[in-house]
Amino acid sequence: MSATDSKSSTSKPGVKVMTLIEAVTDALRTEMANDDRVVVFGEDVGKKGGVFGATMGIQDQFGETRCFDTPLSECGIIGAAVGMAVYGMRPVAEIQFLDFIYPAFDQIVSEAAKMRYRSGGEYTCPMVIRSPYGGGIRGGHYHSQSSEAYFCHTPGLKVVIPSTPADAKGLLIAAIRDEDPVMFLEPKKIYRHGKGEVPLGEHVVPIGKGRIAREGTDCTVVAYGAMVSVCEQAAEMAAQQGRSIEVLDLRTLVPLDEPMLLESVRKTGRCVVVYEAPKTCGYGAEIAAIVAEKCIEYLEGPVVRVAGFDTPFPYTLEHLYMPDVARVLAGIDKSFHW
Amino acid sequence: MSLDLHTIIDSDGKAPKAKDPNLPAAELQKLYRLMVTTRLMDDRGLALQRQGRIGFYLQSTGQEASHLGTAYALKQSDWLFPAYRQPGILLLREVPIDQIVCEWFGNSGDTSKGRQMPVHYSFRRANFVSISSPIGTQLTQAAGAGMAARIRGDDTVFMTFCGDGGTSSNDFHTGLNFAGVYKAPVVFVVENNGWAISVPGHKQTASESYAIKAHAYGMPGVRVDGNDILAVYAVTKAAVDRARRGEGPTLIETVTYRIASHSSSDDASRYHDAKVHESWKKKDPIQRFQKYLEHKKLWNAKFEAEVIEGAKAAIQAAVTAAEAMPNPAPETLFDDVYMNPTAQLKEQKQQLLDLMAKGAVGSEVGHFPL
Repeated sequence: MSATDSKSSTSKPGVKVMTLIEAVTDALRTEMANDDRVVVFGEDVGKKGGVFGATMGIQDQFGETRCFDTPLSECGIIGAAVGMAVYGMRPVAEIQFLDFIYPAFDQIVSEAAKMRYRSGGEYTCPMVIRSPYGGGIRGGHYHSQSSEAYFCHTPGLKVVIPSTPADAKGLLIAAIRDEDPVMFLEPKKIYRHGKGEVPLGEHVVPIGKGRIAREGTDCTVVAYGAMVSVCEQAAEMAAQQGRSIEVLDLRTLVPLDEPMLLESVRKTGRCVVVYEAPKTCGYGAEIAAIVAEKCIEYLEGPVVRVAGFDTPFPYTLEHLYMPDVARVLAGIDKSFHW
Repeated sequence: MSLDLHTIIDSDGKAPKAKDPNLPAAELQKLYRLMVTTRLMDDRGLALQRQGRIGFYLQSTGQEASHLGTAYALKQSDWLFPAYRQPGILLLREVPIDQIVCEWFGNSGDTSKGRQMPVHYSFRRANFVSISSPIGTQLTQAAGAGMAARIRGDDTVFMTFCGDGGTSSNDFHTGLNFAGVYKAPVVFVVENNGWAISVPGHKQTASESYAIKAHAYGMPGVRVDGNDILAVYAVTKAAVDRARRGEGPTLIETVTYRIASHSSSDDASRYHDAKVHESWKKKDPIQRFQKYLEHKKLWNAKFEAEVIEGAKAAIQAAVTAAEAMPNPAPETLFDDVYMNPTAQLKEQKQQLLDLMAKGAVGSEVGHFPL
């Protein structure tokens, strides 16, 4: 039976084909059964099961004490999560859309991120903030933002972004088990996009380790989240033009898997980094800086950034805003001809 | 301490003479027409979304009296800082339906240049400040604008809206607190429709009402039957007059009900209590006002037909025209970030245009999938 046959429930023993969002639910179910300190809460996550369905069935299975709906207050959700984590629980808080997280920014940056450091290690904040991020669903300014850079710029936070169902499950379980606060950003554009095999039961993908999505020799394309498959498509087209593209899926932005990145660029000599967030001071700028600092003698050309524009995320013209195969190919081209 | 629920029109459409605000006949019929047109516009908006012709829609069904009755108490020069469920106010302020519908399509006729999701209106001509999706932000802004009016000595009054969910936001506390401290001429309207998407009122607050929260901020709180347009108008007019006299802000809680789902992305049948839902349908604000007008001999079947046909024709013409309009030009993507574009923006614009000239640019368009 084909691994991508959506009618089959298992293609191999211990594995199930599911979407990325189903993998998120599976991770929550698995870890809540494993650790009774884990609680899940946010707006609409209980009875409704989340506006995207990420927590579907969780309240039914674990009860309202462990999975509940909160008042409409991001600051309240995250501040309460900090308090719970400090007291010894493992809260997994949901922010309905990353665009709505800003009222909680103080609790994240001033409190969660600094709790361990400021207390000399006496108090820690093991919590996960789950939130759908990114564009591609006609959500306009306030349902499409890629705000990961704000959180990558905050020492004390980890930032994790899966691009496949298996990684979504494995990284979320790892995030819940992590002793530090983790931002777990889910690329909503590909929540239901494609399906993938996900190991059943215990499945952990280590935080801080990237993945080579496609091997190549001529150019390294660095991506995360929904951009990974765009880069894979671009790599396929580039191959037809005789160029062998290596695509890296970072999976964790902070702490970055530098060895994977540097080894790849030393091999290929070219680097293009693709991110849908606004270009200026986006996460890709950090990749470009690290590569320039540590790989300069290996580079055949400049590090190229293919990114969103420095504008708010538009509604009607969304298709022009998000980096697509054409823009990635143009970026690859620039790394060859400059 | 409990706050009484103000009401004027009973379920049979009768209003005690002492409480009736005695609006002129033409105004009463105008209000009715506005309510019906709002509802028909909402119906059409949802239908267009279901047909895939627009990307998203959010209705105000059942809350027409709540937002029209309040806004009707303002002068044209007063400002609104709305949330996203008060579309009737645009019609009240004579924004052409054509422009409203262009916003749904985000086309080149949209005054907001296709920037935002449907129903996130901005109409300067109507003193209707740009709507955003984050909850409650408008409340603090309304307080600030009120502060500005006091500094300048203007007699402008500011009206701002949020839902029961919005009262849990940081901005509810901050906005009301500032307005109280600075005696800002603001009328805060909490449309208590019972739901914040799927979260019911009893999970939103432990307070006995939303109106009573006003006392914590040093302002009067008023509870009114939100499906009774005359009662809504009467209490709001008192609050608006208070503000204009320099006596400061008021919080009005309209007790109403969200008949539709939260938006085109939500299916409320999954969490609504069907019995409660049906009981609220019987308290429909349009039907109640219709009965009132009938008693006053201001409504009959002929009038009804004329109102409905007029509204449908206007909406249809607007949809036909809007659908024929092109998207905003790609160049417009880079405008209005700042007053003057930066060098980086100019460079990025040129890069996109160069790529488009080569014929290879994005065509993949997703849909709001919920």
